[in-house]
Amino acid sequence: MEEEINMEDGHREVVIPGETILSGSDFLPGDGTKREGNDIVAYRYGLADKNGKLIKIIPLSGVFIPRRGNVIIGRVADITFNGWLTDINSAISAFLPLSEVPRYIDKNNLSDFLDIGDFFNAKISNVKSKGVDLTLEGKGLGKLDGGIIIKINPNKVPRVIGKEGSMIKLIKDEANCKITVGQNGIVWIRGNNVEGELFAKKAINFVTERTFVTGLTEKVSKFLSEEKNGGKK
Amino acid sequence: MIEESNLTAKRIHEYLEHGNRFDKRDPEEYREIIIECGISKKSEGSAKVKIGKTEVWVGVKMEVAEPYPDSPDKGNLMVTAELTPLSHPKYEYGPPKFDAIELGRLVDRGIRESRYIDLNKLCITEGEKVWQVFVDVYSINDEGNLLDAAFIAAIAALKDTKVPFYDKKEEKIDYEKPSKEKLPLTENEPFNFSVYLIGDKFIMDPTQDEESASDGRLVLALTPTKPISICSMQKSGEFEISEVKFSEILDSVEKVHKTIFPRVQKLIKSSVKNGK
Repeated sequence: MEEEINMEDGHREVVIPGETILSGSDFLPGDGTKREGNDIVAYRYGLADKNGKLIKIIPLSGVFIPRRGNVIIGRVADITFNGWLTDINSAISAFLPLSEVPRYIDKNNLSDFLDIGDFFNAKISNVKSKGVDLTLEGKGLGKLDGGIIIKINPNKVPRVIGKEGSMIKLIKDEANCKITVGQNGIVWIRGNNVEGELFAKKAINFVTERTFVTGLTEKVSKFLSEEKNGGKK
Repeated sequence: MIEESNLTAKRIHEYLEHGNRFDKRDPEEYREIIIECGISKKSEGSAKVKIGKTEVWVGVKMEVAEPYPDSPDKGNLMVTAELTPLSHPKYEYGPPKFDAIELGRLVDRGIRESRYIDLNKLCITEGEKVWQVFVDVYSINDEGNLLDAAFIAAIAALKDTKVPFYDKKEEKIDYEKPSKEKLPLTENEPFNFSVYLIGDKFIMDPTQDEESASDGRLVLALTPTKPISICSMQKSGEFEISEVKFSEILDSVEKVHKTIFPRVQKLIKSSVKNGK
């Protein structure tokens, strides 16, 4: 018999694809798991997590899988007669139709609003087998001007944002920057000066390198104040 | 590639106007260089070079072959590069693309035109048998300035190379037999500079972001003769250089060569010694 993984007391264990997490019909397979006979088997690499009856995997690596409702940052790859074809850091490209832009746009000059290479903040309205549809209807969505773009591991986005946005708020306040974290792992930082933006970039990289440290928010806060003082010397 | 962002490129341009770079380096400053020789047992010589996060491995293999008709008394040199998808998502498997061919040829030209390898001494029988030197470049991680890293690695690997034992009667090479004969190298050790032009400024040793933000590059290989001479030069990219700008670049390259070349030479020397 294969060994089961100890999952008591919220203990999380690293599992690899094909590994049996738990056996028995008491449990339900969640994200990144599958039922095979009596066993619940992992099919992604990550941390096995038990929440009541549900077993799921918190992935440690992997690509961004588009979900409806995700707010992402994309880049315009091509312009068609009725919208924009965009790259959203995923295997499938996304389409932003003209009808989903809540403002007047000259139909003959789509590039006036978004040109090839421009970055924008959008929401995924639909995920189909053919591709992903985007919308700009919503608060704070639209073209991104200025600032810098950095790429992080999409699986680490929740940690960068923190509980109810605590982590990102901390970084925003310390670096005095506007930061938008797309669910697809693209981050846009804009501050009053380049130094502030680079400081925020450093802080975000600090977080992504230490995603599984307990009490990370305090550590980040310490790191930020140390960096600030170090920079002044 | 989504990470090649015009927003970041614009910021790099703006920041460089004041002579600043994102990682707080001077425009002509190199990142930390780490050299390790003798990383492969099966090759005649090998080296691993890291410049910052950029990493390149180079292996040298030797074989006996027929000389080329235009140089019957000279050994053959062949440099090939493989840019692996491991090193950056922009590279793909399959036959070498433009980047890989260009990198191989630039390294080849720098070594060949500086006459760093004494190819005349690699002749066994004139017109019939000569040594053939294969230099294979593999990119492990590309965080910008792959060319300079590959060049340093190629030089280090050549310094590490031992010519295998060749049995003239049997016409066979015994690769297993330990050899102490080093590759015949001359004094003209070349050093390669890739100068990247961003706006009206230029930088050396760019990161990946800076590379994609640049207008193009000017590649120069220098030999440490007195005065320092250029043995290979290439401009790639769609841009123009004014005469003033060009002499500015040459002055700067000469200045940087004085400090970085002895440093790299020392690193290779200590690494080759450790490898024994």
